Amino acid sequence: MIEQSLPALAKALATKEISSVELTQLYLDRIARHNPQLNAFITVDPARSLAQAHAADARLARGEGGPLTGIPIAHKDIFCTQGWLTTCASKMLSNFISPYDAAVITRFKAAGAVLLGKTNMDEFAMGSSNETSFFGPVKNPWNLTCVPGGSSGGSAAAVAARLAPAATGTDTGGSIRQPAALCNLTGMKPTYGVVSRYGMIAFASSLDQAGPLGRSAADCAVLLNSMAGFDERDSTSLDRPGEDYSREINAVTDGQPLAGLKIGLPAEFFGDGCSPEVMQLVEQAIAGYRKLGAETVAIRLPSMGLSVAAYYVIAPAEASSNLARFDGVRYGHRAPDYQDLNEMYSRSRAQGFGAEVKRRILIGTYVLSHGYYDAYYLQAQRIRRLIASDFAEAFRQCDVIIGPTSPSTAFKLGEKAADPVQMYLSDIYTIAVNLAGLPAISLPCGFAGGLPAGLQLIGNYFSEARLLNVAHRYQQANAWHLQSPAEL
Amino acid sequence: MKQWEVVIGIETHAQLSTQAKIFSGSSTAFGASPNVQANAVDIALPGVLPVLNRGAVECAIRFGLAVEAQIAPRSVFARKNYFYPDLPKGYQISQYELPVVVGGKLSIQIGEVEKVVRLTRAHLEEDAGKSLHEELGHQFVGKSGIDLNRAGTPLLEIVTEPDLRSAAEAVAYARVLHALVRWIGICDGNMQEGSFRCDANVSVRPVGQTHLGTRREIKNLNSFRFMQQAIDYEVQWQIATLEDGGRIEQATVLFDPDSGATRAMRSKEDAHDYRYFPDPDLLPLVIDAQWVDRMRAQMPELPAAKRDRLITDYGLSAYDAKVLTTSLELAGYYEAAVAAAGKSNAKACANWVTVDLAARLNREAREISDSCVSAEQLGGLVARIGDGTISNNIAKRVFDAMWNGEGSSADEIIARDGLQQITDSSALEALIDEVLSANATMVGEFRAGKEKAFNALVGKAMKATRGQANPQQVNELLRKKLG
Repeated sequence: MIEQSLPALAKALATKEISSVELTQLYLDRIARHNPQLNAFITVDPARSLAQAHAADARLARGEGGPLTGIPIAHKDIFCTQGWLTTCASKMLSNFISPYDAAVITRFKAAGAVLLGKTNMDEFAMGSSNETSFFGPVKNPWNLTCVPGGSSGGSAAAVAARLAPAATGTDTGGSIRQPAALCNLTGMKPTYGVVSRYGMIAFASSLDQAGPLGRSAADCAVLLNSMAGFDERDSTSLDRPGEDYSREINAVTDGQPLAGLKIGLPAEFFGDGCSPEVMQLVEQAIAGYRKLGAETVAIRLPSMGLSVAAYYVIAPAEASSNLARFDGVRYGHRAPDYQDLNEMYSRSRAQGFGAEVKRRILIGTYVLSHGYYDAYYLQAQRIRRLIASDFAEAFRQCDVIIGPTSPSTAFKLGEKAADPVQMYLSDIYTIAVNLAGLPAISLPCGFAGGLPAGLQLIGNYFSEARLLNVAHRYQQANAWHLQSPAEL
Repeated sequence: MKQWEVVIGIETHAQLSTQAKIFSGSSTAFGASPNVQANAVDIALPGVLPVLNRGAVECAIRFGLAVEAQIAPRSVFARKNYFYPDLPKGYQISQYELPVVVGGKLSIQIGEVEKVVRLTRAHLEEDAGKSLHEELGHQFVGKSGIDLNRAGTPLLEIVTEPDLRSAAEAVAYARVLHALVRWIGICDGNMQEGSFRCDANVSVRPVGQTHLGTRREIKNLNSFRFMQQAIDYEVQWQIATLEDGGRIEQATVLFDPDSGATRAMRSKEDAHDYRYFPDPDLLPLVIDAQWVDRMRAQMPELPAAKRDRLITDYGLSAYDAKVLTTSLELAGYYEAAVAAAGKSNAKACANWVTVDLAARLNREAREISDSCVSAEQLGGLVARIGDGTISNNIAKRVFDAMWNGEGSSADEIIARDGLQQITDSSALEALIDEVLSANATMVGEFRAGKEKAFNALVGKAMKATRGQANPQQVNELLRKKLG
């Protein structure tokens, strides 16, 4: 059962082969058994999850089930969840029980999905290894001495270890795609504005986007169908007609399903900076795509090299402001002892935030300061526009862009923790996508030294269905994504 | 001794009369229990997002049109970052580099002279909550409370150029602005509740000097009287300081009405670095020409235009026209009264509205909108004076009766109480004959040359008619009979 796809699970539930309560219990048992080693979940609440499963079973019995009804889904602890602890993996919110549901949660509830638990993450989504969590690091199920990637590391580890059939994540600079790559999953960051940010605790508002983490592109399409949609509570949400993200996947094709597809290979993705093992796997995947009928074209993304620098101005700038609300006044951690207002602020925040969060608040405060704003923030915004126009130019020559998701496979716990710049560079291939607001997907493309590597596909705005299909066709012809780690 | 020139610029926060807050659906009504009107967005829960209330934008457009400003086709909301307990997000959403209203002007009257005050800009922003340091009850001694009901209330901050040259000009400007925002229906103008608050930037310089002196900003002036007092004090203080060889430091100051003095709250050194940047949660505000046109079509006639029209169409004095255009409601009342009374009675209507009605409203502390006598009723009354049915004196009785609800129209009351003027001269002559024979002594005195006795006889005659005789006619008849 734990290797079943979401459509297969939906069928098993519809045909009463298994009930939602049984399925949920199965995963709760697996969480109870394996989470102590993985630390993928921050909060599990079996009674609540099972109550939702009971309701789902009743709905299924009425014949009113949909593609996700009764299926347990794990949610990154960045989504506000009514009645659940919602911590963002921070001491600051370690006592925060949300009084409301994020839009993403509301949509999964409406679909009848069961909330399986809240997954661990980098604190406030700031990190690429899941080591900045107040609740401790998450381990990679493929190798417990390695990181699962971040910031959606808990979601990735949970799905990879089959502690959940699928999960949600958020991606500000690669936080879905990089852990997907490091855990042998398929993960998508949709076009900015496709999924509502309402109730998703903000890190960098202009870059944050929620998306699915699953075992296949087909599963991600099912998840995205539930997650996407206009929300008037989010001013950056895009008011577009609804679409079925599975439509291209479900279309019947012949032996060369990607005939005519033009894949762009940016020189900037194939130079230095990527480990040879990962690069070899990416090259093999490209060869695989040619077999499926795709052709490749060489392209350039000349401003790519500036993306990490621009990102580490813009994201901290927005974060420094977004995190100002965590002041100990209305909710969250408040220092027990203080003499006056300023001390209450400074102690509450000094105690409530971890080192990486503080580092980014300091950077962000600095780059927005009087006299530095033009040199840093405005300059970074200019770079952002250059990057977006690089992609616009590229998509005149190709349909999708391919490259590695992450320059390496999973690194050791602690290996980069002391070196922020090395850590930041692990997002070198993913960050530009967020700066441009484009959709991208990471899918498994093989193993090096027993650790999975990810292939990244980047599409033009609103090309999610196309990207999911391009990933799906590869997964029809290759079985990397079906590999699971040894049972713990 | 040097001659000093005073330079003042005013920043006004006008609370906009929208039902809901500027970025959340909470009510903006004043006076609810603390934090009852604060939803998830207002208290800045993790994950919540702002959504712009277009009603607030329409208020800004109306204002821009009223002051002949440019309505920016694209303006940007920015975050103004600072920590304060009544600022839940840790930043205020405001407009910084690109405000919604650019430029504009407002005319003020200084004695007989009209002066044009240039506006720099007007921008939309959200209000903060309130910190309550007192009145919390015994269980909170030594603590501060936070009331977020006001947090997120829409404000239009209206900024002038440093064009004002005295406290009197500043107050005149504030009054005109106050009347205008109420006139166009974007702000209730309630200064006590903080709906209309002014900050005054004050500096002085030797006459002839072109560059501005160092300014101090007097914050939160919530009455015109305090504004006058505060600026007067501040100007005297700055001049005295400079004449004593001192220097003015840029500062923010508060006015203490009890002492009548201003005192520095914070100096330039403690000024915040607000780290403004465009709010990534909100798209740029785009206002197309159609939207502006739609708003323009809904604009009421503005005070100045109406004033001119009252003078030319109705022949009113400039003074009456000015009084009648102090508020849209008053002007509307007046025009409705004229419509009922007929244009020939326009001047009489003006007198009734500005004198009798105004006095009555004032005495009972009522607004024109709560007048017990409607414009139609008053117009009907003035019409009866105009056509000679009743005298002005009787009219006052009819007015009282209508005010007290003793009759729904002047005509009804006149007919019911038989108040019509006696114009039948034979009836009047008979009456006068009676008066003369009953008051032979007075007649004798008059004939002996006592002019005062004549007036007494007029009084007797008027009394005998219960005031319904035409006094002019009585006068004439008496003269004839005694002559």
